[in-house]
Amino acid sequence: MSDHQAEIETRRTPGRLARAWDSDLAYSFRHAPVAMVSAAVVLILVLSALLAPWIAPYDPFDPGSLNLMNGFTPPGQPNAFTQETFVLGTDDQGRDVFSTILFGMRISLFVGFSAVLLAMVIGVVLGLLAGYLGGWVESVIMRVADIQLTFPAILVAMLIFGIAKGITPPAYRDQMAIWVLILAIGLSDWVQFARVVRGATLVEKSRDYVQAARLVGRRPFSIMIRHILPNVLNPVLVIATISLALAIIAEATLSFLGVGAPPTKPSLGTLIRIGQGFMFSGEWWILLFPALTLLALALSINLLGDWLRDALNPRLR
Amino acid sequence: MLAYIIRRVAQSILVLLVTGFVAFSMFSFVGDPVENMLGQERTQADVDRLREQLGLDQPFVVQYGKFLQQAAQGNFGLSYRQGRPVSDILAERLPATLELAAVSGLLALMGGIGFGIFTAIRRRGVGANVIMTLSLVGVSLPTFLIGILLIYVFSVELGWLPSFGRGDVVEIGGWTTGFLTASGLKALVLPAITLGLYQMTLIMRLVRTEMLEVLRMDYIRFARARGLRERAINFRHALKNTLVPVITITGLQLGSIIAFAIITETVFQWPGVGLLFINAIQFVDIPVMAAYLMMISVMFVGINLIVDLLYFAIDPRLRIDGKAGGH
Repeated sequence: MSDHQAEIETRRTPGRLARAWDSDLAYSFRHAPVAMVSAAVVLILVLSALLAPWIAPYDPFDPGSLNLMNGFTPPGQPNAFTQETFVLGTDDQGRDVFSTILFGMRISLFVGFSAVLLAMVIGVVLGLLAGYLGGWVESVIMRVADIQLTFPAILVAMLIFGIAKGITPPAYRDQMAIWVLILAIGLSDWVQFARVVRGATLVEKSRDYVQAARLVGRRPFSIMIRHILPNVLNPVLVIATISLALAIIAEATLSFLGVGAPPTKPSLGTLIRIGQGFMFSGEWWILLFPALTLLALALSINLLGDWLRDALNPRLR
Repeated sequence: MLAYIIRRVAQSILVLLVTGFVAFSMFSFVGDPVENMLGQERTQADVDRLREQLGLDQPFVVQYGKFLQQAAQGNFGLSYRQGRPVSDILAERLPATLELAAVSGLLALMGGIGFGIFTAIRRRGVGANVIMTLSLVGVSLPTFLIGILLIYVFSVELGWLPSFGRGDVVEIGGWTTGFLTASGLKALVLPAITLGLYQMTLIMRLVRTEMLEVLRMDYIRFARARGLRERAINFRHALKNTLVPVITITGLQLGSIIAFAIITETVFQWPGVGLLFINAIQFVDIPVMAAYLMMISVMFVGINLIVDLLYFAIDPRLRIDGKAGGH
């Protein structure tokens, strides 16, 4: 009998996927060609970065597979000495540019995602605490946020990177560089999350359901996490998407400036830094392809974020 | 209003105290400069002598007190890397950055207001649409890529402008200027555009939005009804009222121009304080990092404070309300 009932249930309510397809968000997505193209580009780039070890024709970090004779091979043409062909050419050490881009994008995306996650966790927790508890907790948190906002995020990230680099012993600096980057970008970006979450929490706090939860005797922390958090997540998602593009650009900028991912573990920014050196001698491909990849990645995530903001909050349009 | 000013000044002092503490903590927690300055072949006597010379043998509290006292006088000790007083190095590098920032700021302001008015008045024109689309791409392009692109087009391909450095400079009473020589001016073009472009798009979009908002107001409609010419309406009546937010944002952007100069200076090897800061991070040169941090925070805090106070001076409505500084 329960089987029968379950069958009726499933027939009446369409599956999760179908319901997602019918939702407002999906509807707006299907009617925004820019969002669809951007999503496709992001998907392709993220997938190829994830699958880099399997897709990449060469392993750019395996010194055994490198042949210096292959250095400076132009894209799509056979090398003068070895007759090997590389889709996007090779750099000075004979590393396949296509492979280094795939692996570089992996590092860029990893740093970007982790940094935004860090910023989000810090920002949401502090924002909830400030909004719900109020009083001196709020004053301290928001004052710190104000002070940090006086300085541009990229400057804060550079400073944190510099300090963290100083603390790490020289032998571990290259190894730790990626984590230091994540920390630097994450810490430079939490303020936005905290401000938005605090504002939303202040609104939610006065709602009846929160009063009810209080009356029932739920403790403040469980009210914050179980009741308020789910209701303030929408704007957090939007900021996270836009922050992701900014974080990827910040990472690329820091690595380009030489205060980010080291040449032994190059991200897209490091690759552009390396490529810039060959711009004057005519090896344009070492610079151009990483730069285009970075541009495609940042632009499509940005456009996706813009769409998400409009779709989730029609009032902002 | 007085209460507001006092609150604002107090906040500025707080920011400076906090950054001062951060700058000092960098000295006490980060690395051992002696390790960095002396090579492999060093004796214990060398180490001790250098520690004493740098004042690193003193206790924490003594060092902190000394730091505060010295910092107030603009003295940040010797650079770990160059072994020269940091204040000398900064003073020598500062003119390059300030000239670059001033030119880019001016460029951003003029270009931003000009294009902003243009795109607002000819809202549906082809030109306005092209500019708006370009500005979207411009915002998404990282600064350093814009710089590289400009170098590629104008230095590598066309060979018109230099790709690095400041050209010839003239020294006038301790201030080196690139404004007076042809090569100095040529060298300034690409970095200034690179640095100003992002701020220009920001100002342009702001002016456009504000302008469209104002053009919808009743008093503009009334001016039209009075038969005033388009030119007079657009510039004398509309533009004037868009300028308050524009001045605020431009003022605040001055700070980020100085910060983003770090990127531009690295791309063009421009010998300013930004490049100095990046090199300091790479070599963990703490005194230079700390001094740069203090210098830039004084600038930022000063600019923010002035902008906030200007707000009152420019907009009479805020003065009458008194406490309604809720922007």
